[in-house]
Formats: sequence, C-alpha cells, structure tokens
Amino acid sequence: MDLGPHAAFIVTAYAAAIAIVAGLILWVVLDRRRLAHELAELEAEGATRRAERGHDAIPEQAR
Amino acid sequence: MPLTDLANPSRFRTFVDRALPWLTTATLFAFAVGVGQVYLAPDDYQQGATVKIMYLHVPAAWLGIFAWVLMSVAALGTLVWRHPLADVAAKAAAPIGAAFTLMCLVTGSLWGRPMWGTYWVWDARLTSVLVLFLMYLGVIALWRTIEDPGRAARVVAVLTLVGAVNIPIIKFSVDWWNTLHQPASVLRMSGPTIHPSILVPLVVMVVAFTLLFLTLHLAAMRNEILRRRLRTMLLMQAEAAGA
Repeated sequence: MDLGPHAAFIVTAYAAAIAIVAGLILWVVLDRRRLAHELAELEAEGATRRAERGHDAIPEQAR
Repeated sequence: MPLTDLANPSRFRTFVDRALPWLTTATLFAFAVGVGQVYLAPDDYQQGATVKIMYLHVPAAWLGIFAWVLMSVAALGTLVWRHPLADVAAKAAAPIGAAFTLMCLVTGSLWGRPMWGTYWVWDARLTSVLVLFLMYLGVIALWRTIEDPGRAARVVAVLTLVGAVNIPIIKFSVDWWNTLHQPASVLRMSGPTIHPSILVPLVVMVVAFTLLFLTLHLAAMRNEILRRRLRTMLLMQAEAAGA
C-alpha cells in the first residue's frame, strides 16, 4: 500500500489510535482483576454484605 | 429476563456477563470488515492517502459526543428518576468518552498538518472539542474528589447537564462561524457529500467503534458495581471493628 508523501502522519495517527484503545482495554481488564482480587480477599476474611446476612438495609447501589 | 430487572445491579452484572462475549465477538468482526474495507478504499482526489485518517477521526469524534449525550441522559436518571444504575453508567462512560475525544484531537491534528499546514488553530470546532475534553477531565476529577458516590453523582450530574450546552456548539460550529474545519459531510439534511467508495468503509468503522464503546462501557459499569460492593463491605468491616 502506497501512503504517499504524508505516510508518517497516517501511520502516527493509526499508532496513536491503537495505543489509546489498548490503554482503554487494559484499564478495564486490570481494574476488574484488581477488584475481583480485593473482593475475594475480603470474603476470605469472612466479610459479607448485610444483604447476605439476611438484612435488607444495604443501599441499593451497592448490591 | 424482563428489561426492568436490569435496574437491579446484581441482575445487571449477570446480564453483562452473558452479553460481553457476544459484544466482543461482534466488535472484532466489525473491525475485521472495517479494516479490510479501509485497506481497499481509494485515496481521495484532493487529500490523497491522508483520507485514511478520517476512518479514525470521525468515529472518535462521534463517540466523544455520544458519550457526553449518554452521560447527560444518565444525569437526568440520577437527578429526576433516581435510577440505581444511572450514575454507574455516567461514571463508567467518562474515561471512555475522554479517550475517544483525545483520539479525535490527536488524529485531527495529524490530519490537519499536511492538509491545512498546521497542527492546531483556535477555530470554533477545534476549540469546542478541546473544551469537551477538558470537561471530561473535570468530571473524572470530581468523581475522584468526592468520596461518597451518591453525593458525587448529584454534583457530576449537574456539571454534565451544564456541559451538554457544548454539544450543539460542536455540531453547528462549522455552520455558525468561519472555521478551517470542513462543514458537515455525513449528517446533513440533503444527504452525505462523500462518494460511496469512501462512505461505506467510514460507516463500517463507525459501527465497529460504537460496538467497541458499548463493550468497554458495559465492562466498566460491571467494574463500578463491583467497586461499590467492595466499598460497602469495607465500610461494614470498619463499622464492625469499631463496635
């Protein structure tokens, strides 16, 4: 493929787009991994939510 | 699963677990088709091969605006209907919208240099998009500054609705003022002005990037629900330790 005299601009634009998308994917994946790890640690320590102990006073947002 | 069940964060997480593999597959398929079409698309008769930057720039601009519109609807959900997932959706959309707006600015600059002779000019379109990017950063900073998610949601919702004024300014800036940026060539009352050989790959890339946005947004919403669950458990643990 011949990108002509402005090839450097085109290649840089695609490289920047790939870097930004890769950064977004990494952010979501690593965040999920960290949260799952911290939740598993807490649950291993015996922590449960009030809802799981039979009470319903937990804020809706946290369920 | 009835649609109203999705208002429950636990059921929403189950829905996301089921939907994400399908969405990811659809996104990859759309990108495979889109990249193939971009590769085969002809050069523009005036801009040459630099028109290939358009296949990144236009979808990024569309998603930068779309994310703020989504956040504005979510802001109404927070302030008016008090929907339990509204602020989760808004918070998850902000970094993704910021990233696509940054992509729009970077690819636009790299397209502008060979076509206009400059990376940047303070005209209405470029400046209003830069303002959008700064507003995204402001919203993200607010979420991080206010510790209580409920309070943060209300403050961010107000800022988001105020910032929504910028959306029509971005869209119509090229009509209202003299700008270096070209006028609208896709979403026009009289139809697109782009030749189908370039328009079709562009539409496929817009669909692919939109699917990517939806995939990332659902995954980020699931993370946010987990983060709030974790916060609640930590608060309860601290409460129990103090009792």
